[in-house]
Amino acid sequence: MILLQTIDLSKQFGDVHACDRVNFTVNKGEFLSLVGSNGAGKTSLVNLISGHLAPDSGRILFEGTDVTFARIHERIRAGIARSFQIVNLFDALTVFDNVALSIFSRERKIVKIAALADLDRDVRREVLDVLSQFDLAAKSAVPAGGLAQGERKLLDVALAYALRPKLLFLDEPTSGVSTRDKTQIMDIVSSVVRAGAVTAVIIEHDMDVVFRYSDRIVMMHEGKFLADGTPEEIRANKNVANILLGAPLSA
Amino acid sequence: MSILIIQILNSLFYASVLFLIAAGLSLIFGVMRIVNMAHGSFYAVGAFVTAWLVGRAIALGVPAGWTFLLIPVGAAVVALLGIVIEPLLRPFYRRAEEYQLLVTFGLLLILEDVIHLLWGGLPLSADPVMDALPIMRIGGLVYPAYNLVVIGVGVVAALLLWAVIYRTKFGVMLRATSQDRRMASALGLNVGLVYVSAFAIGCFMAGLGGAIIVPTQTAVLGMGIDALILAFVVVVIGGLGSLQGALVGALIVSFVRTAGIQFFPEIELAVLYLIAAVVLLVKPTGLFGTA
Amino acid sequence: MTADVSRVSYRPKLLLFAAATLVLVLLALLPLYIDLYQIQLLTYGLIAAIAALGFNLLLGYTGLLSFGHSAFFGIGAYSVAFLLRDAGISLMEFYILIGLPIVALVSALLGYICVRHTRIFFGILTLALSQVVWTLAYKFFWLTGGSDGLRVARPNLLAGMFTFTGGGAFQRFISAYYYYVLAVFAICVVVMWVIVHSPFGKALQAIRDNETRAAFLGLRIRRFRWVAFLISGTMTGLAGILWVPLNGLTTPEVLYWTFSGEIVFMTLLGGFRNFTGPIVGGLLFTYLKTYAVATTEYWQLLLGVVLVLLVMLLPTGIVGALSAATAKLRPKEKSA
Repeated sequence: MILLQTIDLSKQFGDVHACDRVNFTVNKGEFLSLVGSNGAGKTSLVNLISGHLAPDSGRILFEGTDVTFARIHERIRAGIARSFQIVNLFDALTVFDNVALSIFSRERKIVKIAALADLDRDVRREVLDVLSQFDLAAKSAVPAGGLAQGERKLLDVALAYALRPKLLFLDEPTSGVSTRDKTQIMDIVSSVVRAGAVTAVIIEHDMDVVFRYSDRIVMMHEGKFLADGTPEEIRANKNVANILLGAPLSA
Repeated sequence: MSILIIQILNSLFYASVLFLIAAGLSLIFGVMRIVNMAHGSFYAVGAFVTAWLVGRAIALGVPAGWTFLLIPVGAAVVALLGIVIEPLLRPFYRRAEEYQLLVTFGLLLILEDVIHLLWGGLPLSADPVMDALPIMRIGGLVYPAYNLVVIGVGVVAALLLWAVIYRTKFGVMLRATSQDRRMASALGLNVGLVYVSAFAIGCFMAGLGGAIIVPTQTAVLGMGIDALILAFVVVVIGGLGSLQGALVGALIVSFVRTAGIQFFPEIELAVLYLIAAVVLLVKPTGLFGTA
Repeated sequence: MTADVSRVSYRPKLLLFAAATLVLVLLALLPLYIDLYQIQLLTYGLIAAIAALGFNLLLGYTGLLSFGHSAFFGIGAYSVAFLLRDAGISLMEFYILIGLPIVALVSALLGYICVRHTRIFFGILTLALSQVVWTLAYKFFWLTGGSDGLRVARPNLLAGMFTFTGGGAFQRFISAYYYYVLAVFAICVVVMWVIVHSPFGKALQAIRDNETRAAFLGLRIRRFRWVAFLISGTMTGLAGILWVPLNGLTTPEVLYWTFSGEIVFMTLLGGFRNFTGPIVGGLLFTYLKTYAVATTEYWQLLLGVVLVLLVMLLPTGIVGALSAATAKLRPKEKSA
């Protein structure tokens, strides 16, 4: 079942075609990796779909509804969430409060002004659940700004995940993180995603990670899609190898 | 018909002064990314210093025609003040915007009271400068030639500023620093020198605005804040950080103000703010804004 | 082993409640030991604290620096004057009941215009709009009394239970009014405390810290800012309403930009990153100003210099510096 579809989606920055008539389809339940060299257009595509940027032309359909010009909060409500390549947290608030905000927002409780946030038992329980899943429970009282880089990345993902979205975009969830932390992050992300039956699209440069966890891999190059298939199909694709390695494979 | 011409000339006159103030504000923002809340006070200092100098000169028997030279002197004094103050503000360019606003606001409070301290509560005027020039006849009505000189100064200033920023090596340095401070420094530019120069030029322009207007209207306490708000309206409409924006904005604000004074004298300020609010709704960064 | 954070720890809240009650009791007992003038001064201090408390919802918790809060204070004050002069009302409760919605309406309107922009433009707009209000009060002098202002007589308190006429009326009024203001102050503190600890309050802080992320959590940024502006302006307006019966007179001075600067200053003095900062700042500032104005004519100069020094040396204000100092002294809490 198609969850998300973009039709001829385009975005230009001056002469650079960040997205050049992209037709992108995401199926429900899959774990998709979006790969390509820097500047290929991956983050721009995610920015367009999540509402951070407005497209020059084309359409975005989510569960059949046209969200091309929907405001960000409308897309969140519809079920699209994202994490960020450069970690985006509420540094002055505790880890607990960070996640709590996601949940309050999702539950439409965020506008409550006459009740104390700390006293909501349901929200507290769920925050702890999420924190346990992301192995952050021990740091729940620490301000987000005081976490180590790997933990910050996990929290960034947790914030998006706590929105219980239908479609979750993770922008380079393992960049800038040690190899051991990478595995930890990806194990957590993939188990959490599969358990919650969330559809995930991750932007990744680390091909080991990509091949190990994805159901499907889509490769972008200069704003266009170059390849789209299962890991095996991609592995066999000579074009992909050329782009990624910068040299033709020996015959 | 002649009244229309007079009104147009008045608008251009006022636009010249506004342009000087707003362009200075925009320049400082463009290079250092701070909004100088005390900018209007520099304008006021320029007015007071010039008026005081003119007063002293006349008392010493200097013929009125020579007092013209005191106008750039007044502006230069303000520039000097800027050179002294800028290094004290520099640690704040990298801090959060609240702190920048707070510190320049503090500077505003200080300067306004310093003016009070130096020149007391009495308004100062510099009429002799204006009187030194003839009154012209325009189709049956009279108009002071001095105002035309002010318009000329505005035009010359706009051209000079444009030339400096876009046609000189120094201008390249300015633009480079405004776009990427660290990179400019890594390329060997003396960023500190650029900062001080930009601030001094901005202050000079504000001071010049005050200096050239004071022969036509007395320098009073509180003129700084009025000018500040008008300058803000100009950059809101024209766009912060843009030279064309300052020019276009100054013209718009000036013409609206003249029309407002003519038809809605009590609420001409409100009409201006209404326009600013409309522009902000339609194009939040202003017509030519880069912020 | 992880701490069971699901159970709400009531202890810190109870301690806080106890401390606050203690302070309140002390404040209530104070008039027995100080003279009338001091009681008056303290009342002004509490009023300033209310104004700063309202202001800080916008600055400390939402990250928006307003240079135009004098407009709300002044509108509150002038509303009382108009109610007295044009409607003959002399009951304090009516001043509050009718004045608050007026201030709220103006806050809503000005807020709608201002929160569309952040940081620099927000500050500029608040300054400009409050100057418009001042200009109107100044220019329409036949309505507002111009620079002479409008006089306000001693109101009746508590639905007429307390009236102040006859011999010794002034002294009785001052004493009674102190408790009245103290009660309103206590209510304001509680209300503001609940607001900043509510989900709404957390959302404001999130928006302050990271607007992009807040948007991607589904928060409607502009709406939150607008509500914060509304509450902030209304509380500062309440301070204005409380102020004018004590002062006996309201003038355009209280609408002028320098007064906005004083509100900013007192909040910075106490510290805008803490809940109690504005309260301490408001009280302290009132005393400082009274003694400084008596000493020098160039009060504004002093204000400006101290403001700059504060920003340079003590950006978190007095309460901020104190809490940082005590945090160093307290032994580190072990993370579970």
